[in-house]
Amino acid sequence: MPDITFILADGSERGLEAPEGVSVMAAATGAGVPGIVAECGGSAMCATCHVYVDPAWADRFPAPLANELEMLECTAAERAPTSRLSCQLKLTAALQGLVVRIPERQQ
Amino acid sequence: MNETANLPELDIDPYSAENLIDPYPMHERLREAGPVVRLTPYPSVVVCGRHEQVHAVFNDHGTFISGAGVGLTNFNLETPFRPKSLILEADPPLHTQTRTVLSRILSPKAVMQIRARFTEVAEQMVDRCVEKGSICGIHDLAQIYPLKVFPDAVGVGDEGRDNLLIYGDLIFNSMGPRNALLAKAAERMGPVTQWIMTQCQRENLRPGGFGDQIYQAADAGEITHEQAPLLVRSFLSAGVDTTINGLGNVLYALAHHPEQYAKLHADASLARPAFEEGLRWESTAQTFFRTAVRDCEIAGLPVAENSKVLCMLAAANRDPRKWPDPDRYDIDRRPSGHVAFGAGIHGCVGQAVARLEGEVVLTALARRVKRIEPAGPHTRRLNNTLRALDTLPLRLIPA
Repeated sequence: MPDITFILADGSERGLEAPEGVSVMAAATGAGVPGIVAECGGSAMCATCHVYVDPAWADRFPAPLANELEMLECTAAERAPTSRLSCQLKLTAALQGLVVRIPERQQ
Repeated sequence: MNETANLPELDIDPYSAENLIDPYPMHERLREAGPVVRLTPYPSVVVCGRHEQVHAVFNDHGTFISGAGVGLTNFNLETPFRPKSLILEADPPLHTQTRTVLSRILSPKAVMQIRARFTEVAEQMVDRCVEKGSICGIHDLAQIYPLKVFPDAVGVGDEGRDNLLIYGDLIFNSMGPRNALLAKAAERMGPVTQWIMTQCQRENLRPGGFGDQIYQAADAGEITHEQAPLLVRSFLSAGVDTTINGLGNVLYALAHHPEQYAKLHADASLARPAFEEGLRWESTAQTFFRTAVRDCEIAGLPVAENSKVLCMLAAANRDPRKWPDPDRYDIDRRPSGHVAFGAGIHGCVGQAVARLEGEVVLTALARRVKRIEPAGPHTRRLNNTLRALDTLPLRLIPA
């Protein structure tokens, strides 16, 4: 059950525990973390679950696949070097303490 | 040996007129019977009606393939009635190739380019409806809007677009059994197949439209020129009847839930979630199949190789295990994770366009119309796959 910290657009923090194997998006929407819309439900089809992974954690995830890269060109908020679609980030035990920042807008 | 023998079995025909007219009691029976259920009339089929299993099957495309057809027919055993779709009825690696091209053409970024035009047409059509006051929600809005904007975006000419309705009706009927609905749809086809394939030729597509962009991808070597017309065909089969009924069903939902429409009228920014919730509540595509590529399990229960796995999208979208108060149409709900567009690698590639259409039509209505009232009984157009209305008499009370 890795702990994740979300830094919201207003700077406030939301911590939660999530089971391994679920996506960061599912963990966030399941806990009602604001700012993750996830319109397509996790198919990498809408770019509304965009997050900035804290640079200290960015390399711990597998690199984005082509479909995610394509969607990252469609984010409503500016794309940054550690931008990811949170639906494509699967939680593992090694991600205990993960920090991700939520952008100002998703649509 | 029958390896699915110990699954719960129900004597239900999802394609009977009774179940097509009102599928919800059947959905409940299926969900409550178990996570995977056999159907007496269709021995080669197992059904999933709960959200968890439908989602899991769609996300395990290695075990539950699409290449043997996403309807009742198993293409491993029977010849498909048309050349197979290169995206819907395909598996990786072919699917990956074609999907990459289509998802780029239909991406959220591409949708930003068409937004202004789609909005303008929605406003014009809603204005005309408001002037009329009494309308058929299907013929005066839900049908004519997608039939105008989407083929325009693909780059198809204006003539003969009603053929797209005949084609869509056949495609979605063909995913069920060979029943009277399919026979009737096939009868109407006549020259329509030829018309469709003619529209898919490059010389008949407006340069720069979605269809032409397929051919550009062929020029770039991403796909072959032989594949291009069949991919344009995917736009025409999947992009019209679906959004028509998505719009028709949400108009029905709003007309029958005046308190929900009042919220939308008070805040037009709820248009997008109102459409989304409409898709969950009354799912356009009720069903899609996969085929088990080997002996496997769903929720720990055995499923035999070559079984057709019927995923009841509309049942999953009202599964109380997933959705609180699932039968309630509530535009304050944020139904992320509904499976009206499917899920996984075959999740609807046009969903950004569909959402745009829903959003701009409902926004235009919310701004111009104070109340939408049913103005008489609606009628259904029965289809083996789609939840479709034939007529929907409405009275629009202007704002």
